[in-house]
Amino acid sequence: MAHLHLHDVSVALGGRDVVREVSAEVRAGELVVVVGPNGAGKTTLLRAMAGLLAPRTGTIRVLGRDPARAPRRVIARDLAYLPQHYDLAFPFAVEEVVLLGRYARQRGIGLASDDDLAAARRAMAACGVADLAGRRFDALSGGEARRAIVAQALCQEARCLLLDEPTAGLDPAHARAIFALLRAHCDAGATAVVVTHDLDLALRHGGMMWLIADGRLAARGNPAHVLAAAETRGAFGVAIHVGALPSGAKFAVPA
Amino acid sequence: MSGFLSGRSARLTGRRLATILILCAVACAAVAALAALVGVATGPGGPRVLAALLVGAALAAAGAALQALLRNPLAEPFTLGISSGASLAAVLAIRLGIEGAFGFAGIGGAALVGALATLVVVWRLARIGRHLPPATLVLAGITMSMFCSSASTLIQATSDFTEVNHMLMWMLGSMETVRLIAVGYAALPIAAALIVLIAHARELNALAAGPEVAASLGVTVGRTQTVVFGVSALLVGAAIAVAGPIGFIGLIVPHALRALLGADHRLLLPASIFGGATVLVVFDTLARTIVPLHHLPTGAVTAVLGVPFFVVILVGQKQRAALWGRE
Repeated sequence: MAHLHLHDVSVALGGRDVVREVSAEVRAGELVVVVGPNGAGKTTLLRAMAGLLAPRTGTIRVLGRDPARAPRRVIARDLAYLPQHYDLAFPFAVEEVVLLGRYARQRGIGLASDDDLAAARRAMAACGVADLAGRRFDALSGGEARRAIVAQALCQEARCLLLDEPTAGLDPAHARAIFALLRAHCDAGATAVVVTHDLDLALRHGGMMWLIADGRLAARGNPAHVLAAAETRGAFGVAIHVGALPSGAKFAVPA
Repeated sequence: MSGFLSGRSARLTGRRLATILILCAVACAAVAALAALVGVATGPGGPRVLAALLVGAALAAAGAALQALLRNPLAEPFTLGISSGASLAAVLAIRLGIEGAFGFAGIGGAALVGALATLVVVWRLARIGRHLPPATLVLAGITMSMFCSSASTLIQATSDFTEVNHMLMWMLGSMETVRLIAVGYAALPIAAALIVLIAHARELNALAAGPEVAASLGVTVGRTQTVVFGVSALLVGAAIAVAGPIGFIGLIVPHALRALLGADHRLLLPASIFGGATVLVVFDTLARTIVPLHHLPTGAVTAVLGVPFFVVILVGQKQRAALWGRE
């Protein structure tokens, strides 16, 4: 069964269709990278897939459920969403922020169980924030904060991850580590849909690429092919050159 | 020990929660006992201390909850205009002679309705789409405050001397005239509302990251906002109905405790209940002892001490560029 299923989805914001007639599937184990110019509708598509916006037409299913209608607690066990902007109003410690990811699995007052703590430790270690556990979240650098909230999403232990620019503001080593982590996560049977502007990482780690242009799914398939396609050149207004280093690693640059 | 108590290094454990709350309860009981002794020496004792405990607890918990819900550290019954709305309703009730018809409960009931109505108006005025930006919220609160104060003044201008005196005493937030029966009426709804708030502490934690993140963590955001908002309004309304408008307890107490204990509402809310009760008992005792033979209105004392505190938070927020504009 497809983890995520979109059929003829259009999403309107302010009376205008920002996402138009998107149909797609994401199967277990797939890592989908979503690329496209600013304002193309990538974030809106992701929010609709997370059930935060109801589509104007069409249907969205997450493991068979409509994410905009199913109880949030049920959806949250299957689906974690990381927004582009994350603004924490109060001075929580990093470990507390990561443990918020356990909300849907806790009952009562929600004191962290051994399972919760183990999940938080794994997530923090994977994102390289284990040694920041006791630090105040609002005292972190931008990149550290980003890694901490990726850890929150991982701590949710959901099968589907929807991440909006998880590597924005990260240094190259940490950005690569996050994508390697997502790759491993998907190889273990999970699903990830990742909006990114980092075409190199998208090219190397993405199993499937979606190009969103003017709200439409303009191209999809193997990342190298999509980046080289005429639709991509048209959408970005510049051709993307895909090459390979002597080591064999691929890279993508605006030509 | 300080690491254990403060939120810096410790996530919430059962032991930490129990230890801190027991400490808070003991401190609160000690202060209340002391205040009652002072009260016996200076006039009305028991009922006044009980009223201060109840009203302080309600205002501080409502302040903490409103701050979490609105994601705004300046949210407070006074700054949201709720106190002015309640005052207007009470002034109107005195002018129309409702007290004569329904007894003391008439003014309290009117204040409760006024508080709830103002909170709803401010909420609707401040909302932009699904967002509630701090700047519009404070502006809406100020706008309502100004309207309600002017309207109160107009009503006073058309009232006779006895009525005006009665209105003034009420608006100053004086606990001089608190009656045990009013405390008794308010205790049950306040206790129930406090329990509902504490039951939503985890949801409030998640809401600190914004409504969309909270929803994707599994929180039913709309329902949580409605319940917490309604219950907070009830707490504020009930507190004002008992003691008149007492300002800034809902601002000072949660803010200080957050700095001391961390931001986790599972600890912050119950600690604010004890903290608010303790602080109001202290302020009320100060109000009637600080100037010999003169009992100052409690609300005026809390406001005088609270405004500088508000300024400190405002300046801090401005420096972090978190107050204006950014959601």
